[in-house]
Amino acid sequence: MTKRRVNSIIFHVLIILFGFTMLYPLLWMLMASFKTNQEIFAGVNFFPENPTLGNYASGFKGVSGYSFFRFIGNSFLLAAVCIVGNIASCSMAAFAFAKLDFRLNKFLFSVMMVTLMLPFHVRLIPQYIVFNGMGWIDTFLPLAVPKFFATEGFFIFLLTQYMRGISNELLEAPRIDGCSTWQIFLYFMLPLSLPGLMTIGIFTFIWTWNDFFSQMIYISNPIRFTVSVALRMFVDTTGQSTWGALFAMSCVSLVPLFALFIGFQRYLIEGIAAGGIKG
Amino acid sequence: MKRHVFNKPWEAYLFLLPWLVGLLSFTIIPIIMSLYFSFTRYDMANSPLWIGMGNYMTMYKDPRVWKSISVTFRYVLLGIPFQLSFALFLAVILKKQRAGVRIYRAVYYLPSLFGGSVAVALLWRQIFNKEGIINRLLSLLSIEGKNWIASPDTALYTLILLSIWQFGSSMVIFLGGLQQIPQDLYEAGSIDGAGKVRLFFTITLPLLTPMVFFNLIMTIINAFQAFTPSYIISGGTGSPVDSTLFYTLYLYINGFKQFKMGYASAMAWVLLVIIAAVTGVMFGIGKKWVYYDD
Repeated sequence: MTKRRVNSIIFHVLIILFGFTMLYPLLWMLMASFKTNQEIFAGVNFFPENPTLGNYASGFKGVSGYSFFRFIGNSFLLAAVCIVGNIASCSMAAFAFAKLDFRLNKFLFSVMMVTLMLPFHVRLIPQYIVFNGMGWIDTFLPLAVPKFFATEGFFIFLLTQYMRGISNELLEAPRIDGCSTWQIFLYFMLPLSLPGLMTIGIFTFIWTWNDFFSQMIYISNPIRFTVSVALRMFVDTTGQSTWGALFAMSCVSLVPLFALFIGFQRYLIEGIAAGGIKG
Repeated sequence: MKRHVFNKPWEAYLFLLPWLVGLLSFTIIPIIMSLYFSFTRYDMANSPLWIGMGNYMTMYKDPRVWKSISVTFRYVLLGIPFQLSFALFLAVILKKQRAGVRIYRAVYYLPSLFGGSVAVALLWRQIFNKEGIINRLLSLLSIEGKNWIASPDTALYTLILLSIWQFGSSMVIFLGGLQQIPQDLYEAGSIDGAGKVRLFFTITLPLLTPMVFFNLIMTIINAFQAFTPSYIISGGTGSPVDSTLFYTLYLYINGFKQFKMGYASAMAWVLLVIIAAVTGVMFGIGKKWVYYDD
């Protein structure tokens, strides 16, 4: 064997070993979800001795009388509404920043960039107090309504970059044919920015799905629990005696993220690379 | 050209309307309110009572505030350098297109995707338990481990490890940057007799500094606001002995457990000032080491 080949083998072995170490906790959790509670604590094998689906059965029974399916449904519903809101409002703002001429363009764009750096906590308490006054506590409204007002600056930034890359000539032709600005936006700009819109849709899903802090603050009735809030309640109500069921539901909660990753890896990677978004 | 096509400026404001309304009602007004609340005592049941600098004075004398600042700074300062150097190192290694590289990148990215979830925080809590897998692996080497989560001197390090574990998204950003470095620079360097390490320090690293800088700023801002792992792993208390009491967790406890909304607002403003100061210092230092083309 040549020296080059030996080097290449060493490279692959090291990279795979390190990768396995990184994924080991997740794989262990997957295996544990098929083990009995005794085996999780005392067992020594990586693979379950007698694989059981019992954890999944008891996990899906959920908490406080509501099935885990309900929590999954709630999370999906919330994510779907947030995706629509973010795509609609952020694409409009990005179009204005990227393609329209108005005196305050540069100024407002930098205002938007500054809001990116503000910690969420300076807004949190007044927002909570106002939403409380409006009777919105324990509804999905505080979590969903702001999305229709382009509150995710990162997505505006990302889409603005994307739209700037689309040639003006493509938009001039419909103008000469007599389209209004709104029609140009709707029928030409949006279809041309589809990959950018996909990226922000996917990230909205991931962020909403993983969000815990705001969902915990605003949601208290178990009927409206999302997956994150339910998982945490699970620990509080059943204690540590049911790690198996907890791991089973944790695995279930990671499935949609994993599916997105497999299906839309390209958009994910592009979004991170282009906007510096935390995945 | 552009001006010719879109010549009605008022249309731009129509497109910006949702954002402008959002900016006003979800950012600007709340920030002003929050500043006002920070000078009051307010429990949401009674109307706010003006106490001037009272909250800030109390914060200054509150040992838990100082503790939470020190915990948060340790989390940021110990986690981020490792996270970003891992990310850079692996990005350089996985830059070349060769067999398997795409899968390796995906594997290293996966923890970033899952890392922010409650599921992973719960898993972490189990891993570092007395009966967790770390101790089980240690017992194979006949070492008796302790409960890492319940020991004040190790609990924070499990959280730091969790943040380092999620180096994948920074790696992806670096990979994007590496691909933009022109190949002929490396060829020129090799002809001049530079080795791989030399090429890295004279070509790769300088050209990548703007990206490292951007990453550093965003990671720091995010890390100061981290909440979920500390909440889940400590059961919402910052235990043991406040060793995982993140600043945001203490803010949450004040605001949403004890309904000291004025105090929590003052804490939020101090966080804003800390983040602004750290970012400002970073930009100041950044001028010295960040390389710009033009």
